[in-house]
Amino acid sequence: MKVLVAVKRVVDYNVKIRVKSDNTGVETANVKMSMNPFDEIGVEEAVRLKEAGKATEIVAVSMGPQACQETIRTALAMGADRGILVLTDAELQPLAVAKILKVLCDKEQPGLVILGKQAIDDDCNQTGQMLAALLDWPQATFASKLELGVSDARVTREIDGGLETITVTLPAVLTTDLRLNEPRYASLPNIMKAKKKPIDTVDPASLGVDVAPRLSTLKVNEPAKRQAGVKVATVADLVAKLKTEAKVI
Amino acid sequence: MTTLILAEHDNASLKPATLNVVAAAQKLGAPIDLLVAGHTCKAVAEAAAKIPGVAKVKLADDAAYAHPLAENLAALLLALAPGYSHILAPATTTGKNVMPRVAAKLDVAQISDVCGVESADTFVRPIYAGNAMATVQSKDAVKVITVRTTAFDPAPAEGGSAAIEPVAAQPASPKSRFEGAQITKSERPELTAARVIVSGGRGMASADNFKMLEALADKLGAAVGASRAAVDAGFAPNDLQVGQTGKIVAPELYVAIGISGAIQHLAGMKDSKVIVAINKDEEAPIFQVADYGLVADLFQAVPELVKEL
Repeated sequence: MKVLVAVKRVVDYNVKIRVKSDNTGVETANVKMSMNPFDEIGVEEAVRLKEAGKATEIVAVSMGPQACQETIRTALAMGADRGILVLTDAELQPLAVAKILKVLCDKEQPGLVILGKQAIDDDCNQTGQMLAALLDWPQATFASKLELGVSDARVTREIDGGLETITVTLPAVLTTDLRLNEPRYASLPNIMKAKKKPIDTVDPASLGVDVAPRLSTLKVNEPAKRQAGVKVATVADLVAKLKTEAKVI
Repeated sequence: MTTLILAEHDNASLKPATLNVVAAAQKLGAPIDLLVAGHTCKAVAEAAAKIPGVAKVKLADDAAYAHPLAENLAALLLALAPGYSHILAPATTTGKNVMPRVAAKLDVAQISDVCGVESADTFVRPIYAGNAMATVQSKDAVKVITVRTTAFDPAPAEGGSAAIEPVAAQPASPKSRFEGAQITKSERPELTAARVIVSGGRGMASADNFKMLEALADKLGAAVGASRAAVDAGFAPNDLQVGQTGKIVAPELYVAIGISGAIQHLAGMKDSKVIVAINKDEEAPIFQVADYGLVADLFQAVPELVKEL
């Protein structure tokens, strides 16, 4: 079974982001970029499926400027077999990404597509569900456990209040939650090997997909800042302040 | 212009998150219909009909909706979509699962985690874990929206008398099947609805120690939460996780114990009314957002706090 994984290049999760002074967005120039952490979990899951003999080939897809090639190389170093870079400088919103992925799925015919449940930049949490809808495939989102069979997949999902288990027929779309696995670090030999793995480059127009954004961002602001309060010296002080000043207990 | 809201419920009772979404929908200024899709869920529809401001309750009572499978709920919402300008759901795991499927089928964008309604087509939503707020405008014919419930005070639950109108179920998808659920049973309030939350972090040092928060939570009538660090370390189950990728909470009182205050955690709790931090590291970033900070060893401070309360 072929597995397709989508990987997004995002501002590294350790970077403290800054809103641009003209309020048009967030500063991304000269900022450390990495693979979206949930997508790393997706690549890891695909590699484990291959190691278990359940996946035959892993295709890693990324979209955006040329630099997204680095993100694909990271996936290749972790164990993906080849990459597809959808090269564009245009802003890609989740619906456009899902439409591009649909065209790639029509062509590649994977049995399973794995995506991160959300990207840590736009925090949308949409693309996997949208892709499943466009393909008319079932979806298993926020997965914390995957048992892949020949014609179906049993997936444990993180839901409010606990866990839920569903079975979906294949082909299906899976989105990852944090506890699905712990992604490996690519070894140096594997990083070297990844440099020789093939990456195809395509552009959205050649796929026949209209990627024009549906939402326009009017402005981006800093959130209201919370003022630091006071330090209390003792537990008794704390209780007194909560009772008489904050009046919350 | 009419708004349709997907009600959140467990077939027995309407979840309070629905009331926050009604409050958000009222800012759109259009009549509001509420969809209750479930199985043997008449009591939910009756509760929904009492919400002031709800014009109609649409009740889809069918085995296909006994569990909120995205494929089936999306098909139902799509069948009802003509005639609605806005389709809303709370940004719960159910809403997040279902709504993008609806948006994609309608060929429109989804606006996720809406925190502010500026007009019928312009909304404020958090990006980068809430470290920036984006104001976005949608030109799509239908606005599909998930609502960050903590950003809107709940609408009243009683006082209205909307008509309940049955709607036909759509064929169930053969591609997805519910197998079972493990819902954490707890005597304590639900994390996203609690008035007080006691949360523990890596500083708790072990799963056994984490249990000492329960004594404090019981004294305060609080829910127990955890940072991602505590979840990753195995001290607490994932459904207790508060933060960017866990639950977003805004209780009256949030007590952060042994939590350093990574931005991903702050993203999940910084809208709390009063924040208390107990940490032995006085440089911990959590103190920058805490109303009351206590620099102390939590293993002494927490038992002392239990005694004082």
